[in-house]
Amino acid sequence: MSTTMTQAPTSRGAVGGNALTGTGDLLRFALRRDRVLLTVWVLGLAVMVASSVAATAGLYTSEAARIEASEAINSTAALVALYGKVYVPTSLGALSLIKLTAFGAAIVGIVFVFLIARHTRGEEESGRLELIAAGAVGRAAPLAAALLYASVGALTLGLLTTVGLLVTGLDAPGSVAFGLSWAVSALVFSAATAVAAQLTVSRRVTIGLGLVAVGVAYVLRAVGDLAEGDPGWLSWLSPIGWSQQIRPFAGDRWWVAAISLAAVVVLVPIAFTLRAHRDLGSGLLPDRPGPAVGRIHGITGLAWRLQRGPLIAWTAAVVVMGFVLGSIAQNVSGLLDTEEMREFITMLGGEQALVSAFIAAEVSIFGIMVAGYGISALFRLRQEESSGRLDLLLSTSTHRLRWAWAHAAIALLGVAMLLLLGGAAIALGHLMASGGEDPAVPELVGAAAAHLPAAWVMSGIVILLFGWLPRAMPAAWALFAAFIVLGEFGQLWQLPTWVLDISPCAHSPLLPGQEFTWGPMAALTTVAALLTILGMAGWRRRDVQS
Amino acid sequence: MITLQGVVKRFGSTTALDGIDLTVEAGEVHAFLGPNGAGKTTTLRILLGLLRADAGRASILGHDPWHDAVAIHRRLSYVPGDVSLWPGLSGGEVLELLGRLHGGVNPARRAELIELFDLDPRKRTRTYSKGNRQKVALVAALASDSDVYLLDEPTSGLDPIMEANFRACVHDLRAQGRTILLSSHILSEAEALCDRVSIIKDGRTVESGTLAELRHLTRTSVSARLHRVPAGLQEIPGVHDVTISDGEVQAQVENGAMPAFVSALAEAGVVELQSHPPTLEDLFLQHYART
Ligand SMILES: Nc1ncnc2c1ncn2[C@@H]1O[C@H](COP(=O)(O)OP(=O)(O)OP(=O)(O)O)[C@@H](O)[C@H]1O
Ligand SMILES: [Mg+2]
Repeated sequence: MSTTMTQAPTSRGAVGGNALTGTGDLLRFALRRDRVLLTVWVLGLAVMVASSVAATAGLYTSEAARIEASEAINSTAALVALYGKVYVPTSLGALSLIKLTAFGAAIVGIVFVFLIARHTRGEEESGRLELIAAGAVGRAAPLAAALLYASVGALTLGLLTTVGLLVTGLDAPGSVAFGLSWAVSALVFSAATAVAAQLTVSRRVTIGLGLVAVGVAYVLRAVGDLAEGDPGWLSWLSPIGWSQQIRPFAGDRWWVAAISLAAVVVLVPIAFTLRAHRDLGSGLLPDRPGPAVGRIHGITGLAWRLQRGPLIAWTAAVVVMGFVLGSIAQNVSGLLDTEEMREFITMLGGEQALVSAFIAAEVSIFGIMVAGYGISALFRLRQEESSGRLDLLLSTSTHRLRWAWAHAAIALLGVAMLLLLGGAAIALGHLMASGGEDPAVPELVGAAAAHLPAAWVMSGIVILLFGWLPRAMPAAWALFAAFIVLGEFGQLWQLPTWVLDISPCAHSPLLPGQEFTWGPMAALTTVAALLTILGMAGWRRRDVQS
Repeated sequence: MITLQGVVKRFGSTTALDGIDLTVEAGEVHAFLGPNGAGKTTTLRILLGLLRADAGRASILGHDPWHDAVAIHRRLSYVPGDVSLWPGLSGGEVLELLGRLHGGVNPARRAELIELFDLDPRKRTRTYSKGNRQKVALVAALASDSDVYLLDEPTSGLDPIMEANFRACVHDLRAQGRTILLSSHILSEAEALCDRVSIIKDGRTVESGTLAELRHLTRTSVSARLHRVPAGLQEIPGVHDVTISDGEVQAQVENGAMPAFVSALAEAGVVELQSHPPTLEDLFLQHYART
């Protein structure tokens, strides 16, 4: 408030004023608006770190135990691709945080993609920014405020994480290095999202581009990390790789953070330059005129038109990622160069079993990702409703259930298609790279299909919320995040089985490798169907709420 | 055609409609007036079956709007107060879509209306101004061959020329015997277009009738120059706000009190007499003013 008051007279004098006038007010406003959201995320992530360390510390009390565990991780390609390596096998910090270094940096990246998209394109798209821009606010101020907001968030996250680690008794330099590695991840992906927000015209596409950036960064480092010894050059192209290579508790290489900061220094001016070259509300490219007479013939046609863009993007992402991940599966054997390891592996079922386990882990990650697609596609229902566009549609002879089913069908079938394609892409990537025909394409498509019922349960939960508690739909994302965390850390935290079993993903078999039974598949599918039907029943009888 | 009897709608603790009554006869253009937040949009959304009434009876075209929504909508068109469209679609695509969903429109009629409202159908709706978005909804509604039109502040974003075009369209529809329920804040519009008027406030109907009937209920403002100043004008029941200065009398007179008032003036010797029938605006202000 005071900033505007004191600056207003000066900016009135100079035509156009200061491009940053009002940044402080906007920042305060953004922080106030998100005080709950940001607090929950930052605290949640910090608590997750501290509790993982506390849980692991008890498991590996002796140095020998730590070395054994670290070497087991470092020699398992699936784990290296997923999490990276433990660079100092004796380090308790490095071992207990292995799951949260690269993977954690990716989660942090995703959270900040959502937050920054919301504060840049989201504000603009909703028209709220226009209201603000009309006030004593400089042209660049909203973007500056969003980036400062990201910095405040990143800094708080880094600090709280550091404090959390110190509380568990780990050493100070490592704790600070870990906090730093997360903070720079938050910063890089915030800056990247700020650039993406200037290129597109919708929050959804901005989030999509941001998530693609996170995904690409994650895969690049997965491939790079599989190199023997030090990570390959691909890891050095990845912002997640940069965070990881700070190597908290395993050398604490502070200088690596400079790479991330340099990327931020490059990206931020790009975002501001792009912003300066476009009008409020528009993208960088001018809108092309559309057809004067439409070809959208019905409610299903409209749903498809609205859903096809994201679905095509997801299809491309799943196919490319599947292919890349599939083609690195064969590298498993490259890591097994010691005699003991070979014996150990043979004991576990041979190299083939390891390749299978690696592929099964990839497939299960796809299962989770694609469930996320289902959730985001179903949010269209609520967006159409709250924007008031649904009023217009339902004032025609469109039945409300038909409208809802059109979107639900695309989401549910889209989930199925993406999973099957992902399975096929992994198998093809593996086939091309190794020449080994095992596991074959049909087998992997089947393995991917085994994750379908769990993904549908997630979709069903969204539909249920839409039908009964539409304003609470964002809770579906929180639930989804909770399921992922349960799957990743539940066993480590020694939670009782019934808690672990709450997550639908816990019931999907890891194929190939595990035994397949129809029971859980049938049960999950039934639950998904019930949730969907119940949700639709709620929608049938409730008010249209904007 | 449209009847609402004692309809109640609550949103949590707020009562948006508190027993609203409304009757719209077939072939009539009915104005629906009321201050902000009175419940106009809520009423229209109940009539569309988008909201379910908590109590009372609603019927439109002889059907229950909640249960028979689809059947009703084949014969109904709606223009929302706040038109939001799909940003990536062109105006033409939206018009075609809405037309088809409604069950077919006359393309020639639609082309005529696009021309009349000076709409560029090739533009993405993202780039439309508020007025142009509203025109898309208006063209879609007017191009359809419906029996009932529900229009929620349909001219709030239109320029005066477009507003005149809209009025002409409503006149045509009325000549064809269509039924129109039009919510509005623009009194001249209601006076020019409508046969009957309902005024609601805080979710209740406070007045309903033809303009003539409503005028009857309000006070006429009278001013007169007299030979001598009569005494006791204030005492006549139904006469209000009397001011006397320099032999000029001004007063607000209820219709029932008019004979007594005029004869009192006549006794005093009238030099000049003017009376202004209440405008809709007077009527409006009288009801809108929070008491
Ligand atoms: N979904 C909702 N949830 C809560 N309250 C609502 C909702 N919709 C409407 N209301 C409330 O109901 C009342 C009537 O609103 P309504 O939109 O019908 O008014 P209106 O007469 O159309 O006003 P205006 O002239 O401003 O368009 C208002 O007090 C409003 O705040
Ligand atoms: Mg309204």
